[in-house]
Amino acid sequence: MNDWIDVLIVLVKVVVAVVIMLTATLMLIWAERKILADMQNRIGPDRAGPAGILQGLADGIKLIFKEPIIPSRVERSVYLVAPILALVPAFLMFLVVPIGRPFHIGDREITLQAMDLNVGLLFVLAVSSMAVYAVVLAGWSSGSKYPLLGGVRATAQAISYEAALGLALVPVVIYEGTLSVAGLVEGQSGKFLDLFPAWNIILLPSFGFFLLAAVAETNRAPFDLVEAENELVGGFHTEYSGFRFALFFLAEYINIFTMSALTATIFLGGWNGPTWDGSLPSSITWIFPILWFSLKTFAIVFVFFWVRATLPRLRYDQLMELGWKRLIPGTLIWMIFFAVAFAVRQFGAPWAS
Amino acid sequence: MAELVLFIVFGIIAVVGGLAMVLHPNPVHGALGLMATMLSLAVFYVVNSGHFIAAVQVVVYAGAVMTLFLFVIMLIGVDKSENLEERLPLQRQLAIGLGVAFLVMIALIGGNAWITAPQAATEPNGSVEAIADLLFTEWLLPFEVTTLLLIIASVGAVALAQFDPRKREEEE
Repeated sequence: MNDWIDVLIVLVKVVVAVVIMLTATLMLIWAERKILADMQNRIGPDRAGPAGILQGLADGIKLIFKEPIIPSRVERSVYLVAPILALVPAFLMFLVVPIGRPFHIGDREITLQAMDLNVGLLFVLAVSSMAVYAVVLAGWSSGSKYPLLGGVRATAQAISYEAALGLALVPVVIYEGTLSVAGLVEGQSGKFLDLFPAWNIILLPSFGFFLLAAVAETNRAPFDLVEAENELVGGFHTEYSGFRFALFFLAEYINIFTMSALTATIFLGGWNGPTWDGSLPSSITWIFPILWFSLKTFAIVFVFFWVRATLPRLRYDQLMELGWKRLIPGTLIWMIFFAVAFAVRQFGAPWAS
Repeated sequence: MAELVLFIVFGIIAVVGGLAMVLHPNPVHGALGLMATMLSLAVFYVVNSGHFIAAVQVVVYAGAVMTLFLFVIMLIGVDKSENLEERLPLQRQLAIGLGVAFLVMIALIGGNAWITAPQAATEPNGSVEAIADLLFTEWLLPFEVTTLLLIIASVGAVALAQFDPRKREEEE
């Protein structure tokens, strides 16, 4: 009996996570177009619903009802699987992110996180490294030139920036002493020097490197060479139409959302924040952790959009140079420096014994 | 029970993936088969509660190594037909002979009684803490020696990739 309830809870959590991601995507599409429009002195979408807020929904419905065209030269099986492969890692990554404070029903503790893994951060890295396959296989199976170029670019970019992404997290893991995402959030509660919230953003270089690599890992501007429209038509998804294209689109926005949620969780304290537990009834206070988490996530999402509106796309050799000659040595030096400093603080200087 | 089902399902996937890797004429499909095998191995590790090893397996093999393979395959060009002419004489005969020898050896070893270590009383602990504990105490020396090996390999790669400086000047 108890086992079945546990299974049921996990199922409900996964469904809720999927619903959150889908609604977030609809909002993100609208938000991105609105924010970009504002930054470029345009109005942006304003027809569907108040202030155009239903634009994402309208786009989605349009894409579903479009005719799916399968070009004759595609490698059929791989071509059909690639859009699904794009979605799976995007969904999986969100499952380890806790979106709120655990609560109790009876004597059962329910965490607002689909699963807490002992290897949480490694799981995130593993899943995000699988995301590139969708792009590569879509590009290759399309059987035409531009998508293939997009796919080759995607592999090179993913390999280069994955390393930086992982290395940027090492100081955080050393500092917190855990790989579990829930453990990270717990470690960031309380105050630092009785003044600031004890968020991991005090490891500022890590935060910067991670955010940079995250933008590159999600193939967003200014690192969107995979789909660079003025060089590669549409990049890896040129030959996709209708719902299959919609899946790629969905995967991109879910990836942005998940990466932002992860950044907020790892560096900005996750759902930590003032809840006024004593002075307000518990029927109100439960909402605050979720609110803080959402606010932090959307702040990072805004940075993604902001960067896109501000910076021109990098040239390909610049992208590689930034990855291999700046980011990876930078993260390595910072990691070694931090490890030594932390060890000296923990165990004393090696000559002091 | 669940363990057995998972083992059968992913065992079949792993074997099929391995066969596809060797037999499929298209290199990209071959690479995909190899990836399926590697992911199935990760599932085996999870079933045996080696979460850390499973995550590392996916990051390193499925994530980095296979991406590199795909990159190289695409860079060389998928459409080039493979040159099936065998340059090494006796290669095929040697392969068959060694394969038979290997099978005989396995049959001989498998036929004998095995001495196994006494089963550990506790649950196998595959958590990061447990592995780190062993790696940095009992197995520190092998660990460091492996690191040295990797460093030598990467230095070798850099040395191989280094252009001849005179040649480079001519190009510029």
